[in-house]
Amino acid sequence: MNAKTLIPLALFSVLVGFLAVGLRLDPHEVPSPLVNKPAPAFKVAQLEQADAQFSPEDLKGKVWLFNVWASWCVACRQEHPVLMEFARAQVAPLIGLDYKDQRKDAMGVLKRAGNPYDITAFDADGRVGIDYGVYGVPESYVIDKAGVIRYKHIGPITMEALQKTIIPLINELKKS
Amino acid sequence: MKYLYALMLVLLTCGGVAAKDAVQLADDPVVEQRLIAISEEMRCLVCQNESLAGSRADLANDLRRELRALIKQGKTDEEIKEFMVSRYGDFVLYRPPVKPTTWILWAGPFGLMAVGVAALFVYLRRRNAAIVSSGLTDEERKRADALLQEGEK
Repeated sequence: MNAKTLIPLALFSVLVGFLAVGLRLDPHEVPSPLVNKPAPAFKVAQLEQADAQFSPEDLKGKVWLFNVWASWCVACRQEHPVLMEFARAQVAPLIGLDYKDQRKDAMGVLKRAGNPYDITAFDADGRVGIDYGVYGVPESYVIDKAGVIRYKHIGPITMEALQKTIIPLINELKKS
Repeated sequence: MKYLYALMLVLLTCGGVAAKDAVQLADDPVVEQRLIAISEEMRCLVCQNESLAGSRADLANDLRRELRALIKQGKTDEEIKEFMVSRYGDFVLYRPPVKPTTWILWAGPFGLMAVGVAALFVYLRRRNAAIVSSGLTDEERKRADALLQEGEK
């Protein structure tokens, strides 16, 4: 066989290679420009106590996990047990952001399924979500002691992502 | 499972909003004109093949509301673009900026064309050379002449 006849085959394999990689990429996972930038400041009412407020400033000096969720978000239900597990492990404070939701619905969910959050901030009109570049709930951010976003997870956190990525990262950041 | 799930999410977010009321437009047609011009250049992150101007996703509505507010504050197009890019990355722009990470994207097609043209050039030169060398030898030419003369008789 002539080496030249192998050229189309080689080109074809390269094409198949690109296709195979491309099919495995999730187009909904857009890398966030906010990673390694200070977490945008905000001050909004809390979900359960409407007269109390929450601001990321309150947690300066701590490493924490910020989870954007909503009662209307189906994927958040899938993620919920993982967050419960995270809360049980007591690795770091878990702050929720109830995104574009009704107070009654959100509190109903937490009552029925359990509340993994130390505090839930209430983002009624989605403005905080926009500042955090949220485009598909649930999304989660690991924020370090200096208030810098160190990691963003798009979509529901899986048990695997929690154990292999998020908890080790938090433990690492707590040391520094 | 993950893909099925992603598909469901897309269907939910894209389909669910169709039932909502018509979105109110700004009272000011000049603002609306600028909003359309800017948001047509931006991608809706929920329904990624739609522009921010055309998408009916909830997030697109909210973002148009934000952009409208920015326009009313008298921000320039550049500042508004920066507002979007700082939150969602270059991915929101339909025209990616030229910078080190996008050099391949911008120069790649021209590079490929240069390779193609060079390959074609080499191929044509080789073929030309091959045609010249496949001429008849003196012996063959004599025989061919002889055959032709024979044919004329």
